[in-house]
Amino acid sequence: MEQQKHAASLGMWLFLATELMFFGGMFCAYLIYRYSYPVEFGVGSRTLNLPLGAANTAVLICSSLTVALAIRAAQMAKRTLMVVLLLLTMVFGLTFLVIKGFEWAEKYEKHHIPGASFQLSAEDMKGVSVDPENMQDFQQRTQTFYSLYFAMTGLHALHMIIGVGLFLYLTYAGWKGQYGPGYYTPLENGGLYWHFVDIVWIYLFPLLYLIDRNLQK
Amino acid sequence: MYWGIWLLLIVMTVVTAFIANVDLGRFNTVVALVIATFKASVVVLFFMHVKYTSEKLTKVVIISAIFFLVILLSLSMADYGTRLMH
Repeated sequence: MEQQKHAASLGMWLFLATELMFFGGMFCAYLIYRYSYPVEFGVGSRTLNLPLGAANTAVLICSSLTVALAIRAAQMAKRTLMVVLLLLTMVFGLTFLVIKGFEWAEKYEKHHIPGASFQLSAEDMKGVSVDPENMQDFQQRTQTFYSLYFAMTGLHALHMIIGVGLFLYLTYAGWKGQYGPGYYTPLENGGLYWHFVDIVWIYLFPLLYLIDRNLQK
Repeated sequence: MYWGIWLLLIVMTVVTAFIANVDLGRFNTVVALVIATFKASVVVLFFMHVKYTSEKLTKVVIISAIFFLVILLSLSMADYGTRLMH
């Protein structure tokens, strides 16, 4: 069983390696455009809701804790505790998605969704001066920031939804008594996926929310 | 032990958020990414049990994945970063 356990774990790690390249492509796009449009990215970043972003980071860290504790509960044959912790993990995951929903709604109201209705307000432009004749191009370039914001947080949110779905299954199977000290491989691998999604957010948070936050002009 | 790691991650998150308000010029991004990398390493080593695994292949996969990501990011920036026109 040891060999099968290692094989399963290796399979998940290889999948996570592909996921890293999947997100990596968008991080590369972010890197290129942030390098090209530093001021526009700063403007965009400052309009994001920092308290909500930080709260979401904490929520995901809590969810990673509950996953790790759930696996340890399985190792110690504490089935009820394991199920409770798995349920908590999903609650944290759903909390993250709800907060993200509020953030996106706020973006919609402020006309920060790229497209025909995109509009930067005077407040958004605070601290940055742009010639009126360049304003159109400036708004175009700032839309790039928001496109990347929605694409990256959207892809991440999709992974969260899939993760919650996975854990729905794991919680059910765990409640049915399928996991214990002798066998908890699916929990371990589900945990690996969940931690990976947490790590992606650990990088997304500073890169999206913390550009030029200390602007003093 | 997991609780200790959790606390460390929360504290580093708070540090990241607050240090963003201090003007460090170009180093703001560097500091934020260094802290993020530290947090990610802690998650990989402790929550994902990589510190305690006897499987060498796991570490090979992780290092390789990061290596290829670094190639993607660095070679792309070597192109864009050395262009004269903007």
